[in-house]
Amino acid sequence: MAVKVKIPVPLQRITQGKEEVEAEAGTVISLVNDLNQKYPGLAERISENGKIRRFVNVYINEEDIRFLKSEDTSVKDGDVVSIVPAIAGGI
Amino acid sequence: MEFTEEQLKRYSRHIILSEVGGKGQKKISAAKVLMVGAGGLGCPVGYYLAAAGVGTIAIVDNDEVELSNLQRQIAHSVKTLGMKKADSAKQTFEALNPDVNVVAIKERINSKNILDLIRDYDIIVDGTDNFPTRYLINDACVMLGKPLVTGAILRFEGQVTTILPGDGPCYRCLFEEPPPAGLVPSCQEAGVLGVLPGVIGALQATEVLKLIIGKGKPLKGELLIYDALGVNFRKVKIPKNSECPVCGKEPTIKELSDMPEQYCEI
Repeated sequence: MAVKVKIPVPLQRITQGKEEVEAEAGTVISLVNDLNQKYPGLAERISENGKIRRFVNVYINEEDIRFLKSEDTSVKDGDVVSIVPAIAGGI
Repeated sequence: MEFTEEQLKRYSRHIILSEVGGKGQKKISAAKVLMVGAGGLGCPVGYYLAAAGVGTIAIVDNDEVELSNLQRQIAHSVKTLGMKKADSAKQTFEALNPDVNVVAIKERINSKNILDLIRDYDIIVDGTDNFPTRYLINDACVMLGKPLVTGAILRFEGQVTTILPGDGPCYRCLFEEPPPAGLVPSCQEAGVLGVLPGVIGALQATEVLKLIIGKGKPLKGELLIYDALGVNFRKVKIPKNSECPVCGKEPTIKELSDMPEQYCEI
């Protein structure tokens, strides 16, 4: 069993259209790097110098990692990780 | 105020609900809601609020109706092409329900006019298309303590949350900063499924009506995310950030300012 990662629509171009992908358990940042191996370019869209960008939130199950241990928060098998970017369209 | 026979008939499906009743319908009739944007989100929000009999609906929008809007902006039509969206939407909402006082404000909202524009309204609805305006509306609502129902859409995905200043997190607690300009394609390039703002706008209108009648659980402290392709609704928690620059313990944003134009997708 691995970690399920929900990919937001704007990033699904990088994941070949997949809305959900799997990654190895570990920490948030190791998970991002693991995903980047499979889907090159993903890490730089959501992080910079090992930090999640400030307009992107990462949730483990329903919890915002900024209020846990940020990038060092551990992610276990069976967790669901959501990557949620700010979006602004209303028109 | 007492309802006329005609109004009792018009609102009978509301009045029959024990959670609304005559009392709730009177609250709806007395409510004043201001929407920023008469586009994809503003059209369904205003349409449903007008149908529900919200007493005063203000629409702040300075754009004109274009043909490319009609794929999703259901309050406008080929007959109102070139007209200000605020006027076009006013016509449509008043045609649906003449009880409603629709105020068309043909201005671009900015740091100078926002406080005066929103001051007299009970609830603010964000249906704008850019980050600077979203942050500005959030900050102004926090400063004046106005409930804010915010919605955003892009491609096949939407987000909704209700901000109750003083009683939960704000938009800056959720996303500390807008994406930097230049990193991303614009909204026009990104596209949007025409029905998506209908779903998100209907959710926003639902939140507004719940706040007016004071029933149910507001969508505060949570972000509802809708993924149309995967048919998923899911919620994530928005903790209140004690370090938030606008609603935290020691706010650093005490005055409103206009950010430069930016883009809308990572």
